Amino acid sequence: MRIEIRISGFGGQGVGLAGSILGKAIAIHDGREAVMTQAYGPEARGGASSANIVAADRPIDYPFVQHPDILVALSQEAYTKFRPDARPKALILIDDDLVNPFDEDRPFGIPATRLAEELGQRIVTNMVMLGFFTAVTDVVSRAAMEEAIKSSVKDKFVELNLSAFTIGFEFHRSGYTHE
Amino acid sequence: MSKPRVRAGKFFMHGDHACAEGALAAGCNFFAGYPITPSTEIAEHLAYRLPQVGGTFIQMEDELASVAAIIGASAAGVRSMTATSGPGLSLMMENLGLAVMLETPCVIVDIQRGSPSTGLPTMAGQSDVMQARWGSHGDYEIVAYAPSSPQEIFDLTVLAFNVADRFRTPVILLGDEVIGHMMERVVIPPEGEIPHWERKRPKSPPENKGDYKAFLADDDDLVPPMAHAGEGYHVHFTGLTHDELGYPDMDADTHHRLVTRLGEKIRRNADQFIRAEELYLDDAEIVVISYGCTARSARRAVREAREQGIKAGILRLISIWPFPEKRVEALGEQARAFIVAEMNLGQIRREVERFVSQPVVGVHHAGGAMIPPEPIFEAICSAGSKT
Amino acid sequence: MEKAIVVEAHPLDAIIRSDRMPHIWCPGCGIGIAMRCYAAAILESGIPVDHHIVVSGIGCTGRVAGYMDLDSYHSTHGRAIPFATGLKLANPDLMVTVFSGDGDLAAIGGNHLIHAARRNVDIKVVCVNNFNYGMTGGQVGPTTPYTARGTTAPYGNPEQPFNLPSLVSASGANYVSRWTTLHVRQLKRDILACFARPGFNFIEVLAPCPIGFGKLNNIPDGLEEMELYRQRCVLTENGEVDLDVLSIDLREDKPIYIGEFVQRNRPVFKPVRIG
Repeated sequence: MRIEIRISGFGGQGVGLAGSILGKAIAIHDGREAVMTQAYGPEARGGASSANIVAADRPIDYPFVQHPDILVALSQEAYTKFRPDARPKALILIDDDLVNPFDEDRPFGIPATRLAEELGQRIVTNMVMLGFFTAVTDVVSRAAMEEAIKSSVKDKFVELNLSAFTIGFEFHRSGYTHE
Repeated sequence: MSKPRVRAGKFFMHGDHACAEGALAAGCNFFAGYPITPSTEIAEHLAYRLPQVGGTFIQMEDELASVAAIIGASAAGVRSMTATSGPGLSLMMENLGLAVMLETPCVIVDIQRGSPSTGLPTMAGQSDVMQARWGSHGDYEIVAYAPSSPQEIFDLTVLAFNVADRFRTPVILLGDEVIGHMMERVVIPPEGEIPHWERKRPKSPPENKGDYKAFLADDDDLVPPMAHAGEGYHVHFTGLTHDELGYPDMDADTHHRLVTRLGEKIRRNADQFIRAEELYLDDAEIVVISYGCTARSARRAVREAREQGIKAGILRLISIWPFPEKRVEALGEQARAFIVAEMNLGQIRREVERFVSQPVVGVHHAGGAMIPPEPIFEAICSAGSKT
Repeated sequence: MEKAIVVEAHPLDAIIRSDRMPHIWCPGCGIGIAMRCYAAAILESGIPVDHHIVVSGIGCTGRVAGYMDLDSYHSTHGRAIPFATGLKLANPDLMVTVFSGDGDLAAIGGNHLIHAARRNVDIKVVCVNNFNYGMTGGQVGPTTPYTARGTTAPYGNPEQPFNLPSLVSASGANYVSRWTTLHVRQLKRDILACFARPGFNFIEVLAPCPIGFGKLNNIPDGLEEMELYRQRCVLTENGEVDLDVLSIDLREDKPIYIGEFVQRNRPVFKPVRIG
């Protein structure tokens, strides 16, 4: 089963790190396959940036995300830019403080930036979102994600990042359903 | 705090970083380069890692200097490497010829991007294949590898150093932007399990330097043992045509003998370092040939064709040069059609055409976007429906 | 009639590849004199001969590497300096000298020259300047004076030349000097001093090229050019003259400044080491 995932936002929200942690969790700690690709160059700076992960049970041949099965959008611009590429029935995860979804869309929302700020560090918005992602999708295990976070951030920030991840993981809001 | 040279373990690693780690694992202790997208992460990673293991990183003023510097370092006995992309590879062609002529091992990594000229700096290409083969002036043979994954960049970087040292030749690693910039699982074995092929060294001590001729090749493998700068052999290395002592010899016979041996050295030993992956070729009627990132799509297309009952198979070139002529000729005995998928306008297709009589269909794109599986699959179906 | 003295051995035999003699240089050429100074300096240096490495580019002076009985590397046109840089950094115990010509070092290799000086790499550069491309028959080069003639400037050179000491000094070299092939003792002493002085050391050596440059510019005889050196050379000391006055046109009757122009103590390039 091949799942295409795009994590998107604006520069500085740490989508690249989020993507590489997710990929690492799948490919190293869950023992499945994952590939990550990113856009490079001036077009990747500022504006909407993305990290693209393909997850699968078998070795992955074509490595690019074409029509995401799962789209994470941390900014309006990213949502507007990338939502049309995603499958119509894609699972959409947004920071619902920052993103107004299209009328017909039924995303899962979490105020990831606000929750990170409440933790004192807006910089861990990506970890909040990863926690949320882990809870609402069945792509990756919580244990694998925690291992991947531990080996991806500096020692002194591990605790903060894990706390942010936990907040996202345990965040639950009724009202959104995914078909 | 000293860091390990070989970072053994399992990583989710960037292809360019895997190349850098492969170089370190191979014992590379000298990198000279000029930053160029999409190879820059190799330089950046080695700028960070080489100082941790006692190696030398230097950013040169251009690619002409970069290759000159790695040849100089290699002459002093150190495994050395540079990394670049198409525009830089063009500049490196001058001293690639010097490395061939001086029989001085070195590794040149080319992470290909859309070309010609400045082209598409941040986007993939595979159009340096023929430049790698023929780019420097004169007749020579080259060894070039085309990795299809970050793991393979690691493995082939190690192999590139080994082949370079063992056969005293420059080796080119023809990566591409897709592989260089993708992250995937890379398993780095413990230091003791990294293959190491030695450079051949003089058999007599420097005190008897009269017994040693720096460019006298052994009969079996045509490789002359190599003395290093400072060891006392008082060698002379020149890009001029030279005799077995290394002395300039402006003589047509000497020139013919030297250039012939340099080429034959690679050809005769090629079986030791040619690499390919074969899938479903046993009964394949349609043979797909591909390499680098494009081979990933080709593999998927071939699998899908098999699922539909089409007898397709793939020859994935891991080494591109020397070209596996004998294998392609043998496939010509069984196949009905050949398909070559590559992100250029037919560089390897033309090579395949030289060795088979069947039609060779090209699935080509000039670069900028990796060829997806679909057009390759369609080409297979189309070839499969013709009888 | 005087009796001929047969010399069985030359004092520099130990360090010159006598099996490569005779050399390719023309009668009256100055390169051999400069090479002899280098050879003598090596023998007096106290540094084991095996630790001396010579790297050349292409051209008449580039052939020096082939005549020195050292580990010697005759690289490509212009690339002697980066080749030497790699070699030196790979084995810092070696004393690496680049011996090449003005065309090789300052035209096709000009970028490497200024960047090596900027980095202050610990190599020694002896640049034999004969104002033209001699090996190929007298084309104008980066040091050919304005209006001087060459085979590629039959009506006179339309370009201004480099003033090499000024160029290399501006680029940051730790040491810059100039001698001529008349000043053999000073040159040998200076090369010796360079062996002991860390960093990028650059010695320009003015040398006659009667066939390539002289013939077309009314100095058709090597000795005649040596006589010009004798008449016009003015010895200066570090910092004494403005670098601007170091430009040379042998056709003009004006001083040719020689000596040590620049001595600095900028940090020498060292590869970064952590831990």
